Amino acid sequence: MACNNCKGNATQKELFDKLGAFIDALPTKEGALITVLHKAQGIFGYLPREVQEYIACKLEISLAKVFGVVTFYTYFTMTPKGKYPISVCMGTACYVRGSEAVLEDFKRELGIGVGETSADGMFSIDALRCVGACGLAPVVLVGEKVYGKDAAKKVKEIIAEYKKLG
Amino acid sequence: MSFEKHILICGGTGCLSSNSAEIAESMKAALKEKGLEKKVQVVLTGCFGFCEKGPIVKIMPENTFYVEVKASDAAQIVEEDIIKGNKIEKLLYIDPKTNKTVHEGEKMEFYQKQQRIALRNCGMIDPECIEEAIGANVYMALGKALHEMTPETVVNEIKLSGLRGRGGGGFPTGMKWGFAAKNHADQKYVVCNADEGDPGAFMDRSILEGDPHSIVEAMAICGYAIGASIGLVYIRAEYPLAIKRLEGAIHSAREHGLLGKKILGSKFSFDIEIKYGAGAFVCGEETALIHSMEGDRGEPTSKPPFPAEAGFWGKPTNVNNVETFANIGAILLKGGEWFKKIGTEKSSGTKVFALAGKINNVGLVEVPMGTTLREVIFEIGGGIKNGKKFKAVQTGGPSGGCLTEADLDTPIDFDNLILKGSMMGSGGMIVLDEDNCMPAIAKFYLEFTVDESCGKCTPCRVGNKRLYEILEKVTSGKATMEDLTTLRTLGETIKDTSLCGLGQTAPNPILSTVTKFWDEYVAHIKDKKCPAGVCTALLQYTISPEKCIGCTACARVCPTKAIEGKVKEKHIIIQEKCIKCGACMSACKFGAITRG
Ligand SMILES: Cc1cc2nc3c(=O)[nH]c(=O)nc-3n(C[C@H](O)[C@H](O)[C@H](O)COP(=O)(O)O)c2cc1C
Ligand code: SF4
Ligand code: FES
Repeated sequence: MACNNCKGNATQKELFDKLGAFIDALPTKEGALITVLHKAQGIFGYLPREVQEYIACKLEISLAKVFGVVTFYTYFTMTPKGKYPISVCMGTACYVRGSEAVLEDFKRELGIGVGETSADGMFSIDALRCVGACGLAPVVLVGEKVYGKDAAKKVKEIIAEYKKLG
Repeated sequence: MSFEKHILICGGTGCLSSNSAEIAESMKAALKEKGLEKKVQVVLTGCFGFCEKGPIVKIMPENTFYVEVKASDAAQIVEEDIIKGNKIEKLLYIDPKTNKTVHEGEKMEFYQKQQRIALRNCGMIDPECIEEAIGANVYMALGKALHEMTPETVVNEIKLSGLRGRGGGGFPTGMKWGFAAKNHADQKYVVCNADEGDPGAFMDRSILEGDPHSIVEAMAICGYAIGASIGLVYIRAEYPLAIKRLEGAIHSAREHGLLGKKILGSKFSFDIEIKYGAGAFVCGEETALIHSMEGDRGEPTSKPPFPAEAGFWGKPTNVNNVETFANIGAILLKGGEWFKKIGTEKSSGTKVFALAGKINNVGLVEVPMGTTLREVIFEIGGGIKNGKKFKAVQTGGPSGGCLTEADLDTPIDFDNLILKGSMMGSGGMIVLDEDNCMPAIAKFYLEFTVDESCGKCTPCRVGNKRLYEILEKVTSGKATMEDLTTLRTLGETIKDTSLCGLGQTAPNPILSTVTKFWDEYVAHIKDKKCPAGVCTALLQYTISPEKCIGCTACARVCPTKAIEGKVKEKHIIIQEKCIKCGACMSACKFGAITRG
């Protein structure tokens, strides 16, 4: 399908093509928006305006509708995550075992808030709700790596570990 | 296949986080080195439930139960246990009450009062292997339903069992199936609600990770009973392992002719598709869930019409929770009569709880309805961590309430928990000790619901925000006694006037703690004190001049440089700069810093 509104710079063209191919292969476009957004976030890492415009155009729905759905769900993000995304579990089990203090420490040490990314693009902080490892509470995830119990409380050490990796 | 022994390693999210997959690899390598790889099988199973001491390794058939195992222990386990038949003492669980090691899993107090129906295969089989599931009798109930029962007799059997929905509402499952069966349409749907929104609960995910085939089977049985040919699982995208195992299970069920056209030679066709959630608590509510599956914002709509009349794309849809489905196969095989005898009169069967918080044995437990809270917390749960005093137990998540010492002997069932001012909810059970502040806990839950309110109706969107602001005043010592009255009246109004279950239950954590911990609220308001020492605005750290020796340890750790003093001189904290992080208190070796 021709799509005049769909821009995207040259380096990103491949990514858009990949998303386009996924959409074209869907059995039906009806009700597919969330499925497409999942795929798009998997491809681009986040959902900037250009990607939302592209999706609106391809699915033949309004940009407002796409934006409305993106902002409704916390899983979808419009800002790129850091190279090392830090997620602090704020589920109840972690909260009662002190995860709030851990989150505060990360915010202070990195000088950014929840949902923000550090200026150098290295770290971002998110608050999650229960990652299902409540036995290890409090739980911190850096990417896929899990820090639990006392290891999670050593905020400075965790940050230093990744700064060293660069 | 004739393995002499099996090494079962927990592959639930909790244990995988502490590297249980690596243990499995090391174990396989160690067996290979000894030429035992054909005699001893290594299986990565679902959750054993005893998450507190993970990673867990079980040796079968002896049922030896090793805790906190590391990959480096693999060689010793193979050498000592598998080859020589000796138990490795240092890896056995030590009963904290008797201080003796326990050799067999079944003898642990943690397992004694449990009865596993929904979790029957979790931790027993390899969830990624359909042959093992079939070996554990999964899909036998589907065969029985298709060949020996009519859709009506299936519904009747479920009715007879007295099974009530485990997703929180407790609605009789058989009745629900009956409604969906009666509504005629060209297409009907079976939906499995795996959204598991309660933060701090992980029952449904553990079932999907440990025994996905039982859910696939139960959905097919439901499809047969109500006349639906399409099943949909709505699952949180944040559950990658559960998704992977469920996808695998659906795929292999298709390959084995257990999903697809003309299942097991019958006239019944059924297939399952997965729909991904995207992190919105309200999407656990069934009408919101259906809108989300249609690709829209997950906003609830008023009932009626119920999903059984007009659900997914306006067609009759039966929504059940994961754990509800997990009971179906067992009920059909053993009979509704059998299930009815377990539990209490009005709540039959068992319930799975995710036990967490300040408790010794954090984990997944399944007990018959009617078990008391005391048994769950002090026997199965092993009591409160670090010898602290029990304060309360929170059930029902953000929709529920707190139960106290006085309620401990209450037999757990749907109706009793409501009677005591809380609710069953989906099965989160968070234990609190004397160091937890109740207004702060209420604020925690309310922050969650405010965050998660979809905003469609005013009482929930605005009212809960107001409640949250009052709680902020309470925890920072700025509230008045009038505010407490407002908490109650406004809370009741929100409950009465909100559109969906989220708003209708959001004030519960406040209402129940205000009633049961009135004095604690008053202490925050009148004395400007937080008795549990949690609310930072009401705390002050001070250095006792008598005890301070001027070692500078505190000044060095303080992140805001709020501590002044020279070496060997008394130090003082500049209160304006103090952010009350407590770092100085942990750093002081002389107990010179107090909080109050
Ligand atoms: C705000 C809200 C959140 C809910 N979250 C869940 C959930 O996470 N999982 C679930 O199974 N049911 C949840 N429910 C209940 C569902 O609406 C529905 O009653 C349930 O899935 C029906 O299945 P059952 O009869 O097997 O319990 C929630 C309800 C409300 C009001
Ligand atoms: S009660 Fe809350 S979550 Fe439910 S419809 Fe109203 S605003 Fe949305
Ligand atoms: S509450 Fe943090 S892992 Fe469950």
